[in-house]
Amino acid sequence: MLGYTIRRCLSVIPVMFVVSIIVFLLVHLTPGNPAHIILGEDASPEAVAQLEEQLGLNDPWYIQFFDWLKQVVTGDLGTSVFSAQPVTELIFSNFGPTFSLMILSLLFILVISIPLAILIVSLRKTILDPLFTSASLLGVSVPEFWLAILLVLGLGVSIPIFPVAGYMPIAEGFGSWLYHLLLPAFVLAILEIGIIARMLRDSMLDSVNQDYTKTARAKGVRERDVLMKHVFANALIPTTTVLGATVAGLLGGTVIIETLFTIPGIGQLLIDSIHRRDYPVIQGVVLFIAAIYVLVNLIVDLLYAFLDPRIRYDE
Amino acid sequence: MLEVNDLHVHLETPAGLVKAVDGVSFRLEAGQTIGIVGESGSGKSVLAHSLTKLNPEPPATYPKGEILFQGENILTMNKRRLRSMRGNEIAMIFQDPMSSLNPVFKIGKQLIEAIQTHQKLSKKEAQQKAIELLTDVGIPDPERRMQSYPHQFSGGMRQRVLIAIALAARPKLLIADEPTTALDVTIQAQIIELLKSIQQKYGTAIIMITHDLGVVANLADRILVMYAGKIVESASTADIFYKTAMPYTWSLLRSIPRLDAGASERLLHIEGQPPNLIDPPQGCNFHPRCPFARDACLQENPPLGERGPGHLAACVLSQPEFEKEKKGVLLS
Repeated sequence: MLGYTIRRCLSVIPVMFVVSIIVFLLVHLTPGNPAHIILGEDASPEAVAQLEEQLGLNDPWYIQFFDWLKQVVTGDLGTSVFSAQPVTELIFSNFGPTFSLMILSLLFILVISIPLAILIVSLRKTILDPLFTSASLLGVSVPEFWLAILLVLGLGVSIPIFPVAGYMPIAEGFGSWLYHLLLPAFVLAILEIGIIARMLRDSMLDSVNQDYTKTARAKGVRERDVLMKHVFANALIPTTTVLGATVAGLLGGTVIIETLFTIPGIGQLLIDSIHRRDYPVIQGVVLFIAAIYVLVNLIVDLLYAFLDPRIRYDE
Repeated sequence: MLEVNDLHVHLETPAGLVKAVDGVSFRLEAGQTIGIVGESGSGKSVLAHSLTKLNPEPPATYPKGEILFQGENILTMNKRRLRSMRGNEIAMIFQDPMSSLNPVFKIGKQLIEAIQTHQKLSKKEAQQKAIELLTDVGIPDPERRMQSYPHQFSGGMRQRVLIAIALAARPKLLIADEPTTALDVTIQAQIIELLKSIQQKYGTAIIMITHDLGVVANLADRILVMYAGKIVESASTADIFYKTAMPYTWSLLRSIPRLDAGASERLLHIEGQPPNLIDPPQGCNFHPRCPFARDACLQENPPLGERGPGHLAACVLSQPEFEKEKKGVLLS
């Protein structure tokens, strides 16, 4: 298990290297002179030249890349062109809301989809199952922004239960933090609930008539335990893979949700920086998001080995 | 101890109603071993699963008959009683040891689950019991093996573990549904030896389901031959082998390769396919494949008739007629 963990952790290095090349080239693949784009069309040639110097755009690209990479490895993602703040600082001050949103969403996903899937599987011979299949399809198909607007109109405006927008840091009270995040987190979760519940249901139905469940039933184990222990433990393996992709996908979803609910998170930062053509921040945020993606997948892989003993030893 | 009366089990499939078990009756006394023999699709597995009502419902239904276990009808038991009986009084082992253990749980956990389902034991006592059971079925180094996962065991070892699980509550009846089919021949022999020793040691009654007459030859007291959901011959093991009274049984026996067969004797195989149970043939189910078929066989499905003490067979031919016919076929 230790060897597997170490191997799996080391494999992150080449992935992150490739990711950093792509993020770096982002600036260089954009047509035109980045300094020009950043400063706008009316900029004076001196200002452009100065920014070119500041961004190191006069060096060959590989020199620029390694200079940049050297900085990144030491934790320096550069300085925002717009606010002159260090990019790392910007990311960390904006990550709190995004992280809160993701965690709360994930909680929604797990707390709703797992019992839902188990319920559906235990009632699989009733009308509930086809009903659920359609409902989950609906959940997956509904556009997030549309649902968000609908919920804001319903639960924020018509019946004002929840705030329409805004964010409160958890330091200013758990209650108001939760109160501001419930609606956006739920919107973010709803699509994934459909996917995870469906995935778990399918995996559970797949193993519900496997030979080992027959052995369990022949032991005299009650049907509830057959489902909750034997079937669930096996169905968790494929579901975890999807859950990993889901968590990573939440990060993408926050970009839309943060904009709609004006939550000052990473997504907002990214959108604002794109509008301002603040390339160092864009690079920094994209690299950060990519790093989270890779990290989540690493965790899933390690979890996978924990859930499925066959993976640990069969190498 | 076990009495099956006129049992019918139907499977409702999209293609139509399959009469998988079609009026089966037999008795089993405590400590006795019976073998149920038949081809794939003869209904023997469905019959075996019926005995603890383990067939998935749907598609399975039990429209007629009763299964009396110590006087209680299993088919009308409530779920609670059924559970308290499964694994406790009647235990089962299955055909495929590779997939019959849960791949994500340790052997020890699966064994302890079987023990604690029916016995109020502390974790420690259950653990001790589990080690005893593993020793009993011939797993070396049981303490360490408790911590292993199924994929770390060979097929034969897994079947031993499954037998240990089945024996956890010292059942009165063990149903073995083709327990050796997925194993290679030397391992098969070991598993059969193990079942035999269990039976001698604990007096467990065994129902052995198999397609291989060789497997039950030196294990079973009685053999039931199944064809198309019906019992077509039922007799003591010796009578099945030496006083065969039903053409299907005879064909099965003739299709086993034997070392003592004469050089000129040809190995027989049974022509054709087992009948389609959605739309079984008119008359005797076996007549399309029977070397002795005659006009009378098209008319009706013959009921089981007495051929000797405790020997039943379903054929229009009487025993002397059948003996004469056999000679004719062998000569030709």
